[in-house]
Amino acid sequence: MEKKEIVLELKHVRKDFGNGPVLKDISLQLHKGEVMVFIGPSGCGKSTLLRCINGLEGIQGGEILLNGKLISTENTKWSEVRQKIGMVFQSYDLFPHMTVMENILLGPVKVQGRNRKEAEQEAERLLERVGLSDKQRAFPAQLSGGQKQRAAIVRALIMKPQILLFDEVTAALDPEMVREVLDVMLELAKSGGTMMIVTHELSFAKAVADRIIFLDDGIIVESGTPEEFFTRQKTERAQRFLNTFIFREEKGGDEA
Amino acid sequence: MPELGIRVLFMGNNLQRLFTGLWVTVRISLIAVLLSMVFGTFLGLAMTVRNPLVRVTLRIYLEFIRIMPQLVLLFLVYFGLSKAFGINLSGEVSAVLVFTLWGSAEMGDLVRGASNCVPKHQYESGAAIGLNRGQVYRYIILPQILRRLVPPAMNLTTRMIKTTSLVVMIGVVEVLKVAQQIIEGNRYTVPDSALWVYGAVLLLYFLACWPVSLFARHLEKVWKN
Ligand SMILES: Nc1ncnc2c1ncn2[C@@H]1O[C@H](COP(=O)(O)OP(=O)(O)O)[C@@H](O)[C@H]1O
Ligand SMILES: [Mg+2]
Repeated sequence: MEKKEIVLELKHVRKDFGNGPVLKDISLQLHKGEVMVFIGPSGCGKSTLLRCINGLEGIQGGEILLNGKLISTENTKWSEVRQKIGMVFQSYDLFPHMTVMENILLGPVKVQGRNRKEAEQEAERLLERVGLSDKQRAFPAQLSGGQKQRAAIVRALIMKPQILLFDEVTAALDPEMVREVLDVMLELAKSGGTMMIVTHELSFAKAVADRIIFLDDGIIVESGTPEEFFTRQKTERAQRFLNTFIFREEKGGDEA
Repeated sequence: MPELGIRVLFMGNNLQRLFTGLWVTVRISLIAVLLSMVFGTFLGLAMTVRNPLVRVTLRIYLEFIRIMPQLVLLFLVYFGLSKAFGINLSGEVSAVLVFTLWGSAEMGDLVRGASNCVPKHQYESGAAIGLNRGQVYRYIILPQILRRLVPPAMNLTTRMIKTTSLVVMIGVVEVLKVAQQIIEGNRYTVPDSALWVYGAVLLLYFLACWPVSLFARHLEKVWKN
């Protein structure tokens, strides 16, 4: 990992919505092909961090660099940056008035000005890869939650982004659909995708991550390999956080 | 006897006169509706801006126009303006003006409602694939607003067509006025003509409004997904 080039770098990023900082002093480096997983209690700033990275939120301090180029400026062309940093959200965010295929083609055709036929062929390949070949002409309302999220992943993928951001993409799904979406992400990770993932699925985090970042209260509390993080936490906060999960899992097991 | 009354419709050029009157009604409504759609769209989008001053001003305008009976507005414009400022507007122009003022307010409220219905993450997912602001509106937001807007806008259109019957009161000779004239003209020969003539007017209003609701239903079917 060390020798690989840095794709994204955050230096002392601070985010404040106006009532106290939400992100306090975030510095990190994402390397090419690296899968970084963010975990941490609800409200600790995970979504905000991803949203700052692709410019949905502005930052009040620090710097964000993409391929060594500063992107956290007043006159950043976010439309260009966002083609390089794809994002998939928690909510089912397909455009409801378009078919799956139209959803996917909007970016490549209207933003990147690519040839429609060529984009359509690639969309077909990608849909097949996520198991949605038969849903090209379906409207979002006709899809299950898991299918929608897989389509949303394809919509981000077709832009050929350098980095993909995933913000709790399985949090709103029924349990039986979580797996199909996680499998797609796992496959992307294995095939060399550079990704930042926010998730509460700890076993998935363990399987997919090169590095786990534990956020709490707007700061990076721990950062390490999955083995380090899950077996020997350095901080009490991380231990406490993980313990709440163990308790939750035991409780869930009782009920089942 | 009712069988006799129906005669009046086919006497002379009465039927043609009624249709001419209907055209006046439709013309006033059409112009007012089209203008209202345009102004209403801007008004509605303006109502979604952050600036509280703009919002409050528009809100007051909207409430004022809505609370005022349309007839009072018509009198205000037709009689009031000419007396106070010496502006002489014809009945038809006054009617178009009043119905546009009213229609724009109503339409603005519909547009505001429909645009508030599009969730925030639709803007964000559009932005996240690199669409710029204009493109997000063009491909994602406006089509969704439009789909939500069509049923209530068509409803407003038929309401406006029906309300144009008020312009009789400021001397515009439209379908209802023609009907009155025909009834008056045949008061002695066909005393029971009122039932038939007003019945015919009813049918004519139906003819004017029906295509609108057919069109709305058609669009809804096309956009069902
Ligand atoms: N648009 C916003 N305006 C003000 N506060 C916000 C906004 N978005 C998020 N926050 C606050 O920032 C904090 C972090 O939120 P978020 O990043 O969504 O947390 P997480 O994703 O880790 O659950 C929360 O306290 C939240 O209330
Ligand atoms: Mg979140």
